[in-house]
Amino acid sequence: MAGQKFDRRNFLKIAAASGALAAVSNSALAQGKPLVVGFIYVGARDDFGYNQAHAQAAAAMKKMPGIKVIEEEKVPETIAVQKTMEAMIEQDGASLIFATSYGYFDPHVLKVAVKYPKVFFAHCGGLWTEGKHPKNVGSFFGYIDECEYLSGMIAASVSKTKKAGFIAAKPIPQVLRNINSFTMGAQSVDPAFTTHVIFTGDWSLPVKEAEASNSLIDQGADVLTCHVDGPKVVVETAEKRGVFTTGYHASQLALAPKGYLTGAEWDWVAPYTTLIEAVKAGKQPPNFLRGGLKEGFVKMSPYGAAVPAKAKAAADAVKAKMVKGEFTIFKGPIKDNKGATVVAAGASQAQQDPVLEGMNYLVAGVVGSI
Amino acid sequence: MSAAAESLGWLGVPLAVFAGAIRVSTPFMLVSLGECITEKSGRINLGLEGILVMGAMAAYAASFKTGSPWFGLWAAAGVGAMFGLLHGLLCSLKRVNDIAIGIALMLFGTGLAFFLGKPYIQPKAPNLPSIPLGFWTDNPQLANALDVNPLFPAGVLLAFFLHWAFRNTSWGLKLRIVGDSADAALALGYKIIPVRIVATMCGGVLAGLGGAFLSLYYPGSWNEALSSGQGIIAVALVIFARWQPLRCVGAALLFGGAGALGPALQAAGVSGGYHLFNAAPYVLTLLILIVSCSPTRSLQGAPGELSLTRS
Amino acid sequence: MNTTLERILVPLGAVVVSLLLFALFVALAGYPPLDVFALLYKGGFGSSFSWNNSLQRAAPLILTGLAVAIPARAGLVIIGGEGAMVLGGLAAAIVGVWGPTHISLVAQIAMLFSGALIGAIWIGLCGWMRHARGINETISSLLMAYIGIALLNHFVEGPLKDPNSLNKPSTPPIPDANMLGLTPGFDVHMGLLIGVVVALIAWAVLRFTTLGFSLKIVGGNPRAAQLAGLRVGRWIIGACAAGGAAAGLSGAIEVAAVHGSANASLISGYGNAGILIAFMARHNPLAIIPVAVLIGGIGAAGGMLQRRLDMPDATVIVLQGMAFIAILASEAVMGSPWRRIAQRLWGIEPATAPIAPAPVTVVAKSSSLEVA
Repeated sequence: MAGQKFDRRNFLKIAAASGALAAVSNSALAQGKPLVVGFIYVGARDDFGYNQAHAQAAAAMKKMPGIKVIEEEKVPETIAVQKTMEAMIEQDGASLIFATSYGYFDPHVLKVAVKYPKVFFAHCGGLWTEGKHPKNVGSFFGYIDECEYLSGMIAASVSKTKKAGFIAAKPIPQVLRNINSFTMGAQSVDPAFTTHVIFTGDWSLPVKEAEASNSLIDQGADVLTCHVDGPKVVVETAEKRGVFTTGYHASQLALAPKGYLTGAEWDWVAPYTTLIEAVKAGKQPPNFLRGGLKEGFVKMSPYGAAVPAKAKAAADAVKAKMVKGEFTIFKGPIKDNKGATVVAAGASQAQQDPVLEGMNYLVAGVVGSI
Repeated sequence: MSAAAESLGWLGVPLAVFAGAIRVSTPFMLVSLGECITEKSGRINLGLEGILVMGAMAAYAASFKTGSPWFGLWAAAGVGAMFGLLHGLLCSLKRVNDIAIGIALMLFGTGLAFFLGKPYIQPKAPNLPSIPLGFWTDNPQLANALDVNPLFPAGVLLAFFLHWAFRNTSWGLKLRIVGDSADAALALGYKIIPVRIVATMCGGVLAGLGGAFLSLYYPGSWNEALSSGQGIIAVALVIFARWQPLRCVGAALLFGGAGALGPALQAAGVSGGYHLFNAAPYVLTLLILIVSCSPTRSLQGAPGELSLTRS
Repeated sequence: MNTTLERILVPLGAVVVSLLLFALFVALAGYPPLDVFALLYKGGFGSSFSWNNSLQRAAPLILTGLAVAIPARAGLVIIGGEGAMVLGGLAAAIVGVWGPTHISLVAQIAMLFSGALIGAIWIGLCGWMRHARGINETISSLLMAYIGIALLNHFVEGPLKDPNSLNKPSTPPIPDANMLGLTPGFDVHMGLLIGVVVALIAWAVLRFTTLGFSLKIVGGNPRAAQLAGLRVGRWIIGACAAGGAAAGLSGAIEVAAVHGSANASLISGYGNAGILIAFMARHNPLAIIPVAVLIGGIGAAGGMLQRRLDMPDATVIVLQGMAFIAILASEAVMGSPWRRIAQRLWGIEPATAPIAPAPVTVVAKSSSLEVA
């Protein structure tokens, strides 16, 4: 109790001195002070994967006028991230904070948001719910499963064994959605296509990722893809053994000039810009911000040399539909790999459907269990 | 693209364990052989984890800058020797505890490697070549499993050499006496500190090479999560192997093979409880210790001056 | 009194030396050393916010430091505190959801107790393996740490997963009302108070009771301990269990004060940082407190270096490594008249130097000690 009182007084003092308290409103901007935006990453900024995708977009934000970007990397999902957010607010006057790791949401972002109601907290991946979560918290995410669907189509069109290997970190909804979309994309080209999954257990385990890649290739997979923090090891191992890959997070074409087909990439510039512009204008930023290929939150890697023109045309046709908002990936009937119906015939779940963000099954044709 | 391989099904599991034993074991083997030399002299260096990470970074950076992975090996060996020297010198100071200095070096080496290694995460450095020992088979999986890096046979040969040299050379004898009893070594007129410093440097060189194997061959790139504790596990494997070089090789192979079990089972379709399968190397090592140790036998072969095991 | 002063001044001098080396390092890396120092101070200890930040980061490290320091008094090198910590957190989460939940205080005590108990059993097992099977406790605790982490992952992603935890597989949340509050007077959770109290108790017990003396004898010379009638096995298992309890308790606090459930975020390296803290404090429970605050402060300041100077996070790991090496090496000048340092620096190290700093006087006292 005493600590809270003590802290609030301290906060007021610092905030008054730096003008941070008023930064959300226009008055601070009128004084010519830049809007301070904090970015927090769970891993290294230059991990050539998940965190780098965020850091690259943050670097683009630095070029916006009237913006000051501050960053902290390798912040664990413990009380340390709460203190990092508080320090950005107290010591640097941040009035918008991007917490880019899923694990930051509950309890860390939610707790600090209550303490600092004037600051807006944008979280990547969380499921912000009206009435349940504070108004000064928002979640943004990209429908990267659209890119996975297209990657699956390309994979099936070049695969001879009709078998892909998917190296994934953990069986969580975001990962399962990617595996399922990839598989359904592949099955749209060849219904007999199967995806074999290996869960490594954590987000960055290079030796285990290499072992998983080799095991899957030994089991006959001739296309590999992955959902881990840094895809470099998987892509390089596949190239060494002469099989195809589709990438994730960022383009790894340069690492595998022969086998890289295409890949699913993030482009966080669009959501970052939307949120920063809103705060800058003194408006309430969107609490639930999602986007796919249409909104430019995600994009495809350029096609590799091995992709035949016919496959490109087929994928581009679906992509055009996605961009128009006319394509639904999760359209019934869909069965899981245990035989149960998960989306009934005739039913369909559009991208914005929150049910998809709690996915807990693998579709038929995926070999593996959760 | 090569012709598509046929699925191996269940046969893939033993093959993966065999191949994994060869691929994954090399860093464990090199680091534990190095630590074996260090511990034979009566010192323990827990900092090999830091040296391994530093070696991995240095090797990748050097290979990238010069275009030759062999320069990478030299860089890793050099960095390892320098860190070994640092450990050796610091522990020669009065009252300075070797275990604590090791932990400090673990931290320092890792931090320095992360600090200096940032620019090398993204670029692709030339990797070490492999020897295609599987040239005689048409089976692509087996052929790949037998694609071994020169560091693997080099490590095995080194183990045999050390096994022989510890017993049959004058410096082997000197090393063992220094490690077993400082008093006896003094009585024989041996200079204890130089022997220990050289032994720690040898350990550092091999740990650096172990790191180079990780970054330049398997998995073959540099990033901050590259080592998942290989350096520290290798130190434990030396005690597990009771300070015998040939047993270090066996322990490394066992650990590497067990580590391949988890992914291999999943690839063959057994995917429940993978966290538990992934813990197989640790459980297996512990079980073997419980079965094979007893209060009277456990420290056979332990150098008498070793602070870790002194009773 | 001279020695007490020396025990404080020498490590402080070592910190200064390491700061100078660090200044050279950052200058070579192209950063302004003076700005770096100013920010280190400002971020770690320059304001009440910084102090709270540093103390919060220090809080879990006090207990994980004790997890290494207490067994070290019995001559044991335990490096697997991380495993006991995460399992302590798991136990607390289970008890917090399925145990007594109606009365907050009861629920809180039950959570902390269960965490400590599991930790004690986990590391106690390492002590038992050492005693009954002669298995080196350093290896066994390391292996047990990996196994403990695998168990945590298995349970939170498998049998105990709350389906609502979506992309962060966790056990069901414990009721908000049963969460631990703040340490009075600070913006730091209750872990700080608990850690300091446990450290003080450990210090007092080790320093002033026969328990502490007996442990030192076991650590210093097990054969002498056996001759003195001590049952070495019990002491070894007991010391391991006490250390494990501290680690398990820190895990339980993480769940009961921060996370509200058990999940992979518990694997945060606090257990491993404890090894560093304990060795830096020379296994003295009292010294663990300032050392933990120092490390916590460097961590807090690291954030500021990143935000203000765009330095990588590894900067502060380098500083911690340098400070640690300097403090350990400074042991060599302890007790030497300054003018003879140069001669004595390179003397033969005593082969029988115990891992724990056991004053020689203890051995003399041991003969008169009546311990059964």
